[in-house]
Amino acid sequence: MTRVTRTTLRPALLLLGLAPLAVLAGCSTNNAQSDDARVVSVDSGGDACTLSATEAPAGSLTFTVKNTGSKVTEFYLLAADGQRIIGEVENIGPGLTRDLVVSAKDGRYVTACKPGMTGTGIRADFTVTPSDQTVSVPEDQAQLIARANRNYQAYVTDQSAQLLEKTTRFVAAYKAGDDDTARDLYPRTRVHWERIETVAESFGDLDPRMDAREADLEAGQKWTGWHRIEKDLWPQRAPGYTPLTTAQRATLADTLLTDTRTLDARVEDLTYTADQIANGSRGLLEEVATGKVTGEEEYWSRTDLWDFQANVDGARVGFDGLRELIDQKDPELGRTIETRFTELQKLLDAQRDGDGFHTYDQLTPGEVKALSDAVNALSEPLSQLTAVVVS
Amino acid sequence: MNGSQGISRRRLLAGGLGALAGGAALGVGATRLGGDDTPSASAGPPSTFTGPHQPGIVTPAQDRLHFAAFDVTTRSRAELADLLRRWTDAGERMMRGESAGAIGPTSGPYDAPPDDTGEAIGLPPAGLSITIGFGPSLLDGRFGLARRRPAALVRLPHFPADNLDPARSDGDLCVQACADDPQVAVHAIRNLARIGFGTVSVRWSQLGFGRTSSTSTAQQTPRNLFGFKDGTANVKAEETDALKQHIWVGPGDDPDGAWLTGGSYLVARRINMNIETWDRQSLRDQETIIGRTKAEGAPLSGGGEFTEPDFALPGRDGPLIDIASHVRMAHPTTNDGHRILRRGYNFVDGSTNLGRLDAGLFFLAYMRDPVTQYLPLQTKLAKQDLLSEYLQHTGSALFAVPPGIRDGGFVGESLFA
Repeated sequence: MTRVTRTTLRPALLLLGLAPLAVLAGCSTNNAQSDDARVVSVDSGGDACTLSATEAPAGSLTFTVKNTGSKVTEFYLLAADGQRIIGEVENIGPGLTRDLVVSAKDGRYVTACKPGMTGTGIRADFTVTPSDQTVSVPEDQAQLIARANRNYQAYVTDQSAQLLEKTTRFVAAYKAGDDDTARDLYPRTRVHWERIETVAESFGDLDPRMDAREADLEAGQKWTGWHRIEKDLWPQRAPGYTPLTTAQRATLADTLLTDTRTLDARVEDLTYTADQIANGSRGLLEEVATGKVTGEEEYWSRTDLWDFQANVDGARVGFDGLRELIDQKDPELGRTIETRFTELQKLLDAQRDGDGFHTYDQLTPGEVKALSDAVNALSEPLSQLTAVVVS
Repeated sequence: MNGSQGISRRRLLAGGLGALAGGAALGVGATRLGGDDTPSASAGPPSTFTGPHQPGIVTPAQDRLHFAAFDVTTRSRAELADLLRRWTDAGERMMRGESAGAIGPTSGPYDAPPDDTGEAIGLPPAGLSITIGFGPSLLDGRFGLARRRPAALVRLPHFPADNLDPARSDGDLCVQACADDPQVAVHAIRNLARIGFGTVSVRWSQLGFGRTSSTSTAQQTPRNLFGFKDGTANVKAEETDALKQHIWVGPGDDPDGAWLTGGSYLVARRINMNIETWDRQSLRDQETIIGRTKAEGAPLSGGGEFTEPDFALPGRDGPLIDIASHVRMAHPTTNDGHRILRRGYNFVDGSTNLGRLDAGLFFLAYMRDPVTQYLPLQTKLAKQDLLSEYLQHTGSALFAVPPGIRDGGFVGESLFA
């Protein structure tokens, strides 16, 4: 589980009507451009918006925006119609400096500083002159992004439905004392959670109730959810463990099922943006790195590799959905990530056992290291994904 | 090894050392100062235990740390008190830039090992400060100190997501040695541990490099291993009133702990950072998590490093500073006004078996009352701070740091008197 939900990074609720171009909004970056003509400094004051240049050659432009006023400001690069947003940086506090990096083809544009974040802002014309740098056309990408978002939404909804269906069977077996069936269903059910883990754990109220590990608790906090039941089903590593009573089992099981239903209802209403999907893929690999490859997630059952594979599945779905967009913007990055996914999958396939996986304790230290190295190798280019899809 | 081999090895060693010491020992005697023109890494007079407080708390934070926790092996209260007297004497000498023992590293009986280990020969005091503390376990029944244990001096509880290694936690005694030269800090711990053999044994120790806090307004704010400035809002040596209110134990704080008046509590936490994962976060996320800019350390609500954060200032989607950002979660205004004096250090203990940096922040913080100043703070940080996702606490200890000494006294005398 995640311990803290980043409110600012949650998937957007009910934002289906949001203009897809909004995800093309520029990203902030600290990359310095070598080409000085493509770096424009912007002084956003209380009642003035002063640019160091009014034109730049087509390509990747960097607007270094310094807020010299006393109010929070924003900076926009708009299309010639003064409406469509090509790129923006928001939330620049007084005295702070932030970069807007944006790809712009030749043509006429409008710049706007918006001190106080209201009104139409202090506007001026800006010209991008032709150059030999090719710039992808945002208009074509809007369709790709919209499709990626719809596909990801469908994937999450489907996984959530399967999670609910299997959880229903799992808790029934557990309550009935059919431990063999429950143990068999445990990893098979959890894979649906793990595939959409970054979405599921964005609900800060449900995640600690459903997915907390024992060490995550504070003194006196009640332990519920998957891992509480896991310990009861696999108490071998807990010397002196007292099995839960039938009544205790029922309470735990019913709570988990109720929470799963709540989760399922909530994900119905979620929509996503390209950067959230990209961040989600990166986040799932982080889950692998911090919990699964170290064998901490499924401490009692040792079924970590099921979760490992499920996290990778989810990350792959997010990446594949964005692939056409990535190939337009940075095909080399797409190829690298694809190769690294394949290499990691090869290592995971070597650990398959029937329709599941070897338990974590069957892995040699060398195998764990190799898996960890492959996760690092994939995670590094994957962490570049968000900046590429929003560029 | 038989006798003849032993003799020949000793001869060989003696010859080598003699040649080496020949140059270094000139004018050294029992002091290791090379001379008045030795460039000093640290301005100001040497630290001393003498005074109202021990050194190493409001002393401007030095660059290097060696911290050691000890378990007492003797059952004798007198032996324990005697060790503290010997530690005080040796500590005073080393803080002045002299050798640990009165004879020195290259003098004394030729057939006896020197009373100083010698690796600090020729090095300046380097701002060395030595600070001695007592863990809760020291005041159990063994030495008749139980009734003098202040209520706040108890083992820290399990905080959410703690992954503590018992071999890096707790201890009967602690010694914090800080200096601007790592060899000087290590020399101090090594010699104090040597003096302690038979009375105490080292339970764990931690090296730190790169202070992560300023304890004086004259110091620049350093950066932690996440690349951000740390300790901007620390209690500083110049804030006399704040020190009295937040750091020094007051005379009426605890009737059982009157001996601690003028002292302080020290919380030590070994906090591993998930370095590789952190490095993959976008600059946007890193700044959101911390709540400050990476460049200047300015709060995201604007201004410069020392501008007070405005947690209410709205941005596009809520406050400019995320409500779960580290700066907000740790800020005195969201913690009933409580402040602490942080004195932590970066550490890198090589790499793990997965090739990850075994690195983080060795958190050291002084405060008047851990029950009100640390327990609620850390409980909140562990649960709500965005940064906690990238941290794992692997070591934990609490110590009571007694006050400074009168002339001729020893550290902890007020407890053993």
